[in-house]
Parts: sequence; C-alpha cells; structure tokens
Amino acid sequence: MTAPPDVAGAVLVAGAQILVVGVGGPLLLGLMRKTRSRLEGRVGPPVRQPLLDVRKLFAKQRIRPQCGSWLFAAGPIVLISTSVMVAGTAPLLTTRPALGQSTDFFGVVFVLLLGSVFLALAALDTGTPFGGMGASRATTIGALAEPALLVAVLAFSIPAHTSNLPALVRDGLSNPQVIASPGRILALAAFVVVVLAESGRLPVDNPSTHLELTMIHEAMVLEHSGPDLALVTVGESMRLALLLGLLVNLSVPWGIATASGMASLVVGAVALAAKVVLAGIAIATFEVFTAKLRLFRLPELLAGAFVLALLGVVTALVAR
Amino acid sequence: MSRSGYVAMLDLGAGVVLVCAVVTLWRRSLAAIIRVLALQGVALGGVALVLGLRQHDGALVVVSFVVVAEKGAAIPAVLMRVVPRGPTSRELSPLVNVPASLVAAGALTLLAFAVSGPVVALVPTATGRLVPLGLATVLIGVLAMAIRKKAVSQIVGLLLVDNGIALVAFLATGGFPLVVELGASLDVLLVVVVLRVLGSEIRSRYGVLDLDELQELHD
Repeated sequence: MTAPPDVAGAVLVAGAQILVVGVGGPLLLGLMRKTRSRLEGRVGPPVRQPLLDVRKLFAKQRIRPQCGSWLFAAGPIVLISTSVMVAGTAPLLTTRPALGQSTDFFGVVFVLLLGSVFLALAALDTGTPFGGMGASRATTIGALAEPALLVAVLAFSIPAHTSNLPALVRDGLSNPQVIASPGRILALAAFVVVVLAESGRLPVDNPSTHLELTMIHEAMVLEHSGPDLALVTVGESMRLALLLGLLVNLSVPWGIATASGMASLVVGAVALAAKVVLAGIAIATFEVFTAKLRLFRLPELLAGAFVLALLGVVTALVAR
Repeated sequence: MSRSGYVAMLDLGAGVVLVCAVVTLWRRSLAAIIRVLALQGVALGGVALVLGLRQHDGALVVVSFVVVAEKGAAIPAVLMRVVPRGPTSRELSPLVNVPASLVAAGALTLLAFAVSGPVVALVPTATGRLVPLGLATVLIGVLAMAIRKKAVSQIVGLLLVDNGIALVAFLATGGFPLVVELGASLDVLLVVVVLRVLGSEIRSRYGVLDLDELQELHD
C-alpha cells in the first residue's frame, strides 16, 4: 500500500473492467438466449442481438410519461451508475483493482441493491398497475433474498477474517482448501440461489415472458422506452455479469491477474470470460429443464437459501 | 492421510449429515426425503470410517460398513416400499409451513451450539467441536416428528434423531462397542419394519397415510 499511486494504471484497470462487463453483459445475455434456443431446437437470435437492440434503442426518441416525476428518470441512471461503479472496483480481471483496495463484499451488496430499489421506485412513480405489481413482487423477492445473501457473505468472510473482496479472492488463490470447505460450499449454494433470484432468471422469474400476470422484472420496466430502456437493459445485463463474475472468482479464482501489467490483464479477461461463459451456459441449460416456481412457493426456495447460508456460517465457525 | 485432510473429511461428513436433516424439512416429496435420508446414512458411515481408519480401530470400520448398509440402503429401501406413487406421496400441508420450519431449523442449530459447550469441553479430541452438528440433527428430527403429518415423514424424523445420536456418539467417544452398535442398528431396523407394516395397514384401511385421520374414533 506504500507504493506511489499510479493514476494512469488505476484508470486503465477500472476502464478495462467496465468495458469488459459493459460489453460482456449484453453478450452474455445473448449467449444464454442462444443456448436456450439451440437446446430447444430453434436457431435463435445471434449472440450479439442484445448489443444491436441497445444500439437501436439509443437511437430512438425518449418518451416519458407526463405524470412521472424525477424518480422515473432517475431509475435507469442510478441502476447503470451502480453497475458501473461495482464493475470498476470489484476484483474481476485482477486481484488488485487499483480503485478498489477497500471494496467490501457487504458494500457491493448494498450498492447493487440501491439500483434495484431505484428501479422499483421508478416503476411505482408513474402509477400504472403493472409497474406497481412488478415493483411489489420484485421488492418481496428482494426482501427475502437479501438476508440470505448477507448471511452468505458473512459465511464467506469468516474463514478469511475479512469481508474485503480482493482479499477474499486472494485468500482463495493462496489456500485452495478454503474453497472446498463445507462452510464455503454451503454459502456458495445459497449465493447461486440468490443470484438466480436477483437477476430474474428461472425458477424465480421467466426472463423471456411478456405475459402480464406472471412477469416480475419485465412489468417493472414496461414504461421505459428508447435510451432509458437501453440503460435498463445494459444495467441489468451488467448486474448479471457482475454477480456471475464474483461467483466464479470466489469459487474458481484461477486465471485472475495477480500482477499489474497489460499481459496479465488480458489473461485475466480471457479467464474471466471463459469462466462466466461456462457459468452462463450452465444456467441456461438448467433453465431449459426447469419451470417457473409459483410465486407463493418462492419464500420456501429463498428461506432454504437463507438456512443454507446460516449453516455455512455455523460450520465456518466450527471449523475455525 | 494428513491431519488437515482428516479434519476436512470429518467436517464434510458431519456437515452433510446436518444439511441432509435440513433438506428433509425443505422437500415435500416423500421419495425425495427418503433419498436424502439415504445420503445422510452414507455420510454418517463415512464419518465412522474416517474415524476408524484414523484411530486404527477395526471394530469401528466394521460398524461404518454396517451403518452404510443399514441406514444408507436397507431402511430407505423398506421406506420406499411404503411410499405410493402419485400425488398423495407429498407432504402437502405440514402443521408449520416450510419457510417457518426452515427458519426454526436454523434457530435449533444455533440453540444446539449454545447449549453444547459443556459437552464439547468434556471431549478430549479435536472431533468434539463437531458435536453440536449432531445435536442439531437430533433437534431437527424432533421438529420433523412434531410438524409433519404423514406417517413416513414422522418415521424419517425418528431416524434423523437416531442418526444425530449416532453422530454424537462417534464424535464424542469414538463410537459404541461393536455389540451395542449392532444391537441398536437391529432395533432401529426392527422399528422401521414394524412401522412399515403398521403404515401399510393404515393405508389399506383408510386409503391415506395421514396420521390426522387417526385422531378420532370411527366405526
């Protein structure tokens, strides 16, 4: 920490991470749609379709409801800003993100939650029934998923004696047996369930539905159009990529750059992309074989995740 | 086996036993619950095997094989024969709903940790710190017996209690003597067989295996 601050290097690393997540997020979304289509026997849209959609949306006119207040405009902006902030500071390509020496796992959870809260507020703001319904459902799921996530983070932090994210990833690199410890596996299982719930994937929410009565996330963003919708799409896909990136870096940290320098950064980007692509394909394959859970059964799933995380904390405390 | 590997295997085995106990509260399908119970029996046998190999205790190794054969294969096979195919083989309306019972299981685990301090202090070896996991399994088994309505899930609760006691015994004392362990295993097997016969009798008479049907007198 006593080294002189290298401003250009820090900006380079953060910029590279934001670029990789910002372009990789929509591509990941496209890849998951493509995987699903192929497994269902369809050709499916090309992988770069979400990027093309975003470009098209940015070129369109921005239409906002007359009755909306500043909250409606703030929703997409806060969502994309929180995603960009976490993308710049989380240990994704390198274990030493220069801007993120103090990136805390709890902090990341809260910053990402801020984006969801503002999206829900924007959905409530215009007073349309679908927006309110989607916001209410999303908030319910969030309120059930967040405790599980926080307890899982606690379970991650106990063996390493820190909740600092770069330190957690470095700890996994230096003591691989920590990753296979029962407490860590339980916490990881809870984390996976929460990632599926938070990013609106099956079995919690069907990302491809446009049926009014079942949709959760799509109902929230129904009123957004043009550049606003583009920001929401990019922000949501970045969030999925971020959560998956953190997941793979915590469970299989190998390949991440530990030194500074261009070459190791490129290696880190390739390793991250490979791991996230594998995780995305796994989730898409799982989605083909699963159906959406009834909304009233969701508390069971998320309470299960909570108890798994709690058992993770308990076993981590025992094994200490 | 290195020391840290040995400790990690014991951690893993005891952790799987506890997680299986929680999963029996999570799942509704009786067949899935019985499969989880079989996995728990195998994990319990694994704990005994690791302890036996570590302490060069031949009797404990034999016990571990008995445990796997009985709790991992025989008892689940007997129970599976009671479970009918179709929608009636689900625990549809337990007395306490699933999220609440899962939270209760978490609270019972914390309670087990809170009260087992004196027991842990009594055990001289390092395995003693895993005793709370066994105690938590016992408590969750009692909870399962209290809140479930189907006869099969109540038997599963009883077996959870038995597995929890066995885990505590293995960890705290290195297992019972072989004769005692064999006797206890036979007893449990006998109980399951008797309950299985009783269960088939209940079902052939009332068509369901729901113990709430037995609360009042019928002609």
